[in-house]
Amino acid sequence: MDLLRFSTAGSVDDGKSTLIGRLLFDSKGIFEDQLQAIERTSRRRGYSQVDLALLTDGLRAEREQGITIDVAYRYFATPRRKFIIADTPGHVQYTRNMVTGSSTADLAIVLVDARKGVLEQSRRHAFIATLLGIPHIVVAVNKMDLVGYDESVFDAIRTEFEEWAQKLDVHDITFIPISALHGDNVVQRSLSMPWYQGPSLLYHLENVYIGSDRNLIDARFPVQWIIRPQTDEHHDYRGYAGQIATGVFRKGDEVVVLPSGHRTRIARIGTMDGELEAAMPPLSVSLQLEDDIDVSRGDMICRPHNQPTVASELDAMVCWMNEAPLRKGARYLLKHTSRSVKAMVDDLIYRIDVNSLHSDRAATELGLNEIGRVRLRTSAPLLLDEYKLSRTTGGFILIDETTYDTVGAGMVEHAGPPQEVPEPDRLAA
Amino acid sequence: MIETATFSERALRRHLTHLDALEAESVFIMREVAAEFERPVLLFSGGKDSIVLLRIAEKAFRPARFPFPVMHIDTGHNFPEVLDFRDRRVKELGERLIVASVQESIDKGRVREEPGNPSRNRLQTTTLLDAILEHGFDAVFGGARRDEEKARAKERVFSLRDEFGQWEPKAQRPELWSLYNGRLRKGQHMRVFPISNWTEMDVWQYIQREELEVPSIYFAHERPVFRRDSMWLATSDFLPHGRDEAVETMVVRYRTVGDMTCTGAVTSSAASVAEIIAEVAAARITERGATRADDAFSETSMEDRKREGYF
Repeated sequence: MDLLRFSTAGSVDDGKSTLIGRLLFDSKGIFEDQLQAIERTSRRRGYSQVDLALLTDGLRAEREQGITIDVAYRYFATPRRKFIIADTPGHVQYTRNMVTGSSTADLAIVLVDARKGVLEQSRRHAFIATLLGIPHIVVAVNKMDLVGYDESVFDAIRTEFEEWAQKLDVHDITFIPISALHGDNVVQRSLSMPWYQGPSLLYHLENVYIGSDRNLIDARFPVQWIIRPQTDEHHDYRGYAGQIATGVFRKGDEVVVLPSGHRTRIARIGTMDGELEAAMPPLSVSLQLEDDIDVSRGDMICRPHNQPTVASELDAMVCWMNEAPLRKGARYLLKHTSRSVKAMVDDLIYRIDVNSLHSDRAATELGLNEIGRVRLRTSAPLLLDEYKLSRTTGGFILIDETTYDTVGAGMVEHAGPPQEVPEPDRLAA
Repeated sequence: MIETATFSERALRRHLTHLDALEAESVFIMREVAAEFERPVLLFSGGKDSIVLLRIAEKAFRPARFPFPVMHIDTGHNFPEVLDFRDRRVKELGERLIVASVQESIDKGRVREEPGNPSRNRLQTTTLLDAILEHGFDAVFGGARRDEEKARAKERVFSLRDEFGQWEPKAQRPELWSLYNGRLRKGQHMRVFPISNWTEMDVWQYIQREELEVPSIYFAHERPVFRRDSMWLATSDFLPHGRDEAVETMVVRYRTVGDMTCTGAVTSSAASVAEIIAEVAAARITERGATRADDAFSETSMEDRKREGYF
């Protein structure tokens, strides 16, 4: 059985909680005592029906205010797949939570209310999903029951969305008409929409092919930890431990260690359960090298003819996550793979309006929940790939030097000295 | 499982399961902590989740020893079978065990037992925080999972605690990709949950795959129990049953391992890990709902305890 991570985003009225509730309930991801607990609360509050949002709103503040504030992770499984849902709020003031939930997802479910058409919130979610490199998007056109299951309503939304999505660099968008409340096309195909020939949402989640999403070309192994037993039995043992980011490593492969540039070969790929002939993402292994060379945490092992860019200058799309805005000249700590350095903001190139996708080159700061293209300079070189090539070697976080809060999330667009940045025609390239 | 002899990329991919992905993520988290913190410690209760943690630690660091000790917060109200298992398991692994005792905290006057409440669950928090301070631990591994409870569903893998050990749910650091921010200011420490993304089912499937031993109380056995708060509780010296509470000998097992006074048994005939997996697959009640009296107080009791520094 394999694992699919997907994200949802939405607010109180768009049926997101009902949809998740239905997926969980129909796949036995909700238990009776959980259901009883929310039934009790719903009754006490005088609601006429069980409020499934109470299932997903776990914190006291969320329950009191009736809103989703933070990312919640939910789990369910069918005989075909195990699923992890990153359930995120939809309002613009929680964009950072949406970004967080999207960072590890394979697929995003973008909800559209059939009565209202493609609103700002759905567009924002699709944009962020694309920016964060989610390869598959499902546009779930919900509340079809309230528009009489009308095919023309669905078609109009589909056309409008597709036209707008041309601005995004996304290759797999699937449209599914559903009614989360009545269960149409959620788990079972709907009898009320015979004009729809596609799969139900769950069938799609179970079967969408994610095997080719993984980058198996560019071999990258960030060194996390050195295993040195220092016992008589394992006297000379030195294992470079880490998780394979992208690509495939084989025993005997010629490799180069960056940033030193030393070349050697892989002697063994170790795990506690024995040696492997080859390893690929997402395995955590330890590599033993033929030659005794200096390797430490923060270094990266890759292939001589396919290397990341070693650079201390970079352009990145940054989502800002802190009350104190990002400004030109500010300094932060930057964590990229297992390497932490200092970074300075050389320039804010533009800020994006996440609703209109308009880019503002006159912007002087990035406030909380804002996204923009930023030029950074670092105190020591990083081993960088473009984010679209690899989330692991193309993503980084910014940390405040004083509070140590995580204040920003960055996606590398360009590694190396500055180049002219054209007006973006495809925003989330 | 991975076959090395007949390797091809397609074969390897086909054989990578959700357990392989979860294991790899958990190993990554443990190594990250070992690299970024001065003095980590792994909490081991003898329960199934912390048994998985120990196996993950072996996967992360063998053939070397763990770069941290193992610690048990001993309420003094443990099932004897679990204590035996704890000592045997840590000895087999050849690792260091620290036992921090709630009884000692009571004797020293650090905490007082609530009159009429036999559970020492809440008292553990003081013992844990004292032990963290005494040993200077800056990172504490726990076996909590996000599917256990709704407050936990929102907790980060790296969960920051202030100098009073408190969790502040509104001030959590965003956690993106696999980039964990382990920076601490003076007095703070980090709770780290490497198996956050595992479910109860994943844990049992992993125990089966790895052929891990678990304490005997997880399997069906005969035990004298009585009914309280709609749960079956074991009779023991720590928990006298009331005059109107009838003791019956029943065939039961435990879904969670905790303080004897507030951990309920479930009626079950599951005698093997395979039978437990079948039972979990059919279960209609969550493990905490079925077995923990302390979570039933209010809909936010876990959030409240976590704010005070609980696991």
